[in-house]
Amino acid sequence: MTIYKDVLETIHMIEKENLDIRTTTMGISLLDCFGRDHKESAGRVYEKITRLAERLVQTANEVGDDYGIKIVNKRISVTPIALACANTTEEWLLYAKALDDAAKAVGVDIIGGFSALVQKGCTKSDESFIEAVPYALAETDAMCSSINLGSTKSGINMDAVMKMGPLIKKTAYLTRDTSCFGCAKFVAFANAVEDNPFMAGAFYGTGEAENVINVGVSGPGVVKEALAGMEGATLDEIAERIKQTAFKITRAGQLVGREVSSRLGIPFGILDLSLAPTPAIGDSVAEILEVMGLERCGTHGSTAALAMLTDAVKKGGIMASGHVGGLSGAFIPVSEDNRMIAAAEEGCLTFDKLEAMTSVCSVGLDMIAIPGDTPEDTISAMIADEAAIGVINNKTTAVRVIPVYGMKAGDKVDWGGLFGSAPVMEVNRFSSNQFIQRGGRIPAPVHSFKN
Amino acid sequence: MKAIITVVGKDQVGIMYRVSGILAEYHVNIEDVTQTILQDYFTMIMVVKIDESKSSFHDVDVALHEMAEQQGLSIHVQKEEIFDTMHKI
Repeated sequence: MTIYKDVLETIHMIEKENLDIRTTTMGISLLDCFGRDHKESAGRVYEKITRLAERLVQTANEVGDDYGIKIVNKRISVTPIALACANTTEEWLLYAKALDDAAKAVGVDIIGGFSALVQKGCTKSDESFIEAVPYALAETDAMCSSINLGSTKSGINMDAVMKMGPLIKKTAYLTRDTSCFGCAKFVAFANAVEDNPFMAGAFYGTGEAENVINVGVSGPGVVKEALAGMEGATLDEIAERIKQTAFKITRAGQLVGREVSSRLGIPFGILDLSLAPTPAIGDSVAEILEVMGLERCGTHGSTAALAMLTDAVKKGGIMASGHVGGLSGAFIPVSEDNRMIAAAEEGCLTFDKLEAMTSVCSVGLDMIAIPGDTPEDTISAMIADEAAIGVINNKTTAVRVIPVYGMKAGDKVDWGGLFGSAPVMEVNRFSSNQFIQRGGRIPAPVHSFKN
Repeated sequence: MKAIITVVGKDQVGIMYRVSGILAEYHVNIEDVTQTILQDYFTMIMVVKIDESKSSFHDVDVALHEMAEQQGLSIHVQKEEIFDTMHKI
């Protein structure tokens, strides 16, 4: 009867608890796409992506059918464009269009990698790239962009951080007709990882092979259900149960990922187990914290609960997969998690509490709507704070905030679909201007000197 | 290739007949069956072997789903490895 129980448990996870493979992301190196001029280079970028990813969507769907687990998103990450296609001639939009067109041609949901790595300094090319990002985001649909601004090894590039406020505000203005949706496609990172399969922050690092398949598995609903009925259990018992559940989810992802990679004849890269919520009922990370015993996500104790959750998920995942990578942990994107939206609307979950929680979650301030008149320097300062948490604690952190044009704190913005809706959150009204305008670099922390 | 078929739905006459009829048509051998009624709900798990030289997993999957839809049943056809990897170390 063991098989009977196991089969029903799996079916239950898929049908009732939203177990799915969140994404198979094909990483594609663009380092060999230089042409004689930018038009030719952009043509090569398009040609290479459409050639390698031609069968990605179909294959992922077939594998999903075979195992009865849906692969929700099919995506592509590419070598950071600022590196692969370095130039100072302001031809960046050619490449943005090439990425966007290629993504549409092969039918993937999103393509990531319109990115730059400037953790220590900007080249002239990087500077012109940063200027082009808002326009690229406004003129494309399926393309995501990210910039890495700091690392534990190099400190924080505050000259570049200074430019992020204007970049985000400009993107918001250019995409004001779609509730500033362009900002939802841009991530400012510290300690960015090279094999992340999740968007909007995925890019394909230069240390990677020609072409790999990375897989992102989710399943907050499954973890929540596993904890239901554990009233009176101690936190070590809860941690243990989370670990066991994470193990099962990861194994499913590992099997599906390996199958996709073997059918496409492309090496399997890593598996990223990140509890990533969706606006669907029951697919919420905040709800897990509430099942653990907090009245609302965001109250005192939320950071501790989230820390334990993230750690237990990592431990279960590491045991289950040969190569765990990416971000692996728990995401806390406000607009994509219906319990987090509710907590924010009730005033329980505030911007400051979210910042505290990012010190223990797997990424950072994610999908947070802020007032449209938030000063540029304030946004840069939020990014500086988040980068500092990442750099000092040796973890990845990121900021994806959306200053919604024309909206003020308390209003509600709705992007629909996977991106959900969010209440516009109050931000601190005191200025960070002089601090941000100093520029320069925040030196690497003392514990980075390990040689 | 081994697959697991799970059928859940309101109990009615002929569920087993319909499922096994389709399986016979596609040359699928039934190796094990376990079935129970949980609060009026028919729940059946079958371990089957698909002879790939005679029919494909995809065709069996489509045929069973068509029948399930007509009969108001929920059916899952999945390759066996998914259960092994998730539940065994």
